Amino acid sequence: MTYDFRALIDFFPYFLPAAWLTIVVSFFGIALGAVLGLLTAFARISSKPVFNLPSRFYIFVIRGTPLLLQILFLYYSLRSIFNFEAMTSAIVALGVHNGAYIAEIFRGAIQSIAVGQMEAARSLGMTYRKAMVRIVLPQAFKRAIPSLGNQFIIALKDSSLASAITIKELLLKAQQLGASNFKMMEMLTIAAFFYLFYTSIFTWLFHKIETKLSVSGSA
Amino acid sequence: MITIKGLEKWFEQLHVLKGIDLIVNPSEVVVIIGASGSGKSTLLRCINFLEKFQKGEVFIEGKAVNQQDEKMINEMRSHVGMVFQHFNLFPHMSVLHNVIEGPTQVKGMGKEEAIEIGRYYLDKVGLIDKENAYPSMLSGGQKQRVAIARALAMEPSAILFDEPTSALDPELVGEVLLVMKNLAKDGMTMVIVTHEMGFAREVADRVVYMDEGVIVEQGTPKQVFDLPQKERTQSFLSRVR
Repeated sequence: MTYDFRALIDFFPYFLPAAWLTIVVSFFGIALGAVLGLLTAFARISSKPVFNLPSRFYIFVIRGTPLLLQILFLYYSLRSIFNFEAMTSAIVALGVHNGAYIAEIFRGAIQSIAVGQMEAARSLGMTYRKAMVRIVLPQAFKRAIPSLGNQFIIALKDSSLASAITIKELLLKAQQLGASNFKMMEMLTIAAFFYLFYTSIFTWLFHKIETKLSVSGSA
Repeated sequence: MITIKGLEKWFEQLHVLKGIDLIVNPSEVVVIIGASGSGKSTLLRCINFLEKFQKGEVFIEGKAVNQQDEKMINEMRSHVGMVFQHFNLFPHMSVLHNVIEGPTQVKGMGKEEAIEIGRYYLDKVGLIDKENAYPSMLSGGQKQRVAIARALAMEPSAILFDEPTSALDPELVGEVLLVMKNLAKDGMTMVIVTHEMGFAREVADRVVYMDEGVIVEQGTPKQVFDLPQKERTQSFLSRVR
């Protein structure tokens, strides 16, 4: 078996639509995950059981089952209930999955901010909400950034599992092309190139944000 | 004026405050002394409702504060400042921003007016040249002086100090105590929990000695330090000297 380097260049353009789909699934999945994660984090640290218990259950179920199972489960259930397309299901699944992990990242970051910060803010007469928004969250966000960057990279790579529900993102595209032109390794290499490219951008971006934030006042 | 009536507080099974009665008059400087675990810090935190208590009442400016009423507590807190042992400055904000955060966010004051007030109080604590610095760039003594300016900027009717010099290196204690002395001279009502006996003797109008959740003895510094009536006070003072 020979490795066809030319095929890397010849087939590259065929991957562009798939590369775009990977971006779309990842972007909306991560965005949904971030919103769900933040809301869940607040519910999780609430002392009220109405908020606290459902959020714990959500995190328990999502962290305790495989993402591939969640994607398939949501695909079949959302299709039969709401007639959702595969694409929507993939985004929802990725969002719901990452929401649980991002919630734990935010919760940890919020709770890592010393109690004294909240007390100092409250002692000035601020409401809990205002103290949270003005004093605790800005510090917590900063502390969450390395873990968030990590999670976003995981989410981006996990978008490949959407191939299981017919989303023609990078991995499924590589498999399909490879099956027809018998250059599977070359096709997988092209897909790998795109993933590396995307994750490099994330790494670079988060590094930028981290250094920028560490300049403007340290925690 | 702060009035505390029959205040009792439990942490789970632990009875930390066993019926405290205390009146702090306007412009009075009350210094609370006592061993660790005597309940003095808890008492201070109850006055600001950072701790909820199970029995008794706290009156601020003659009004009984309802512990369940968040709005009332917030309103009351804007009139009673607090300075903490560990400063608790907001690390993501500059010194000036720390000081104007209360007036702008709680009182709804305009930024320009707040900056004017903020600079006035930063000048008062001798840190006007540090307004653009971030807390991480300051020494412990400077941080505590910023924290005092932050409390002052709310123009409170009283300030509570919870062991304000206990976390400081010995050589930095003096600058903080000096600021507090000047405040006392200006007629600020202050309740101070401290281990600085020399400071208590010099600045206090009244010294309150607490032990095991009760006020054992109180009086002028002369009365408490030189002629303590109760045996517990005598033995505590002999230990800290």
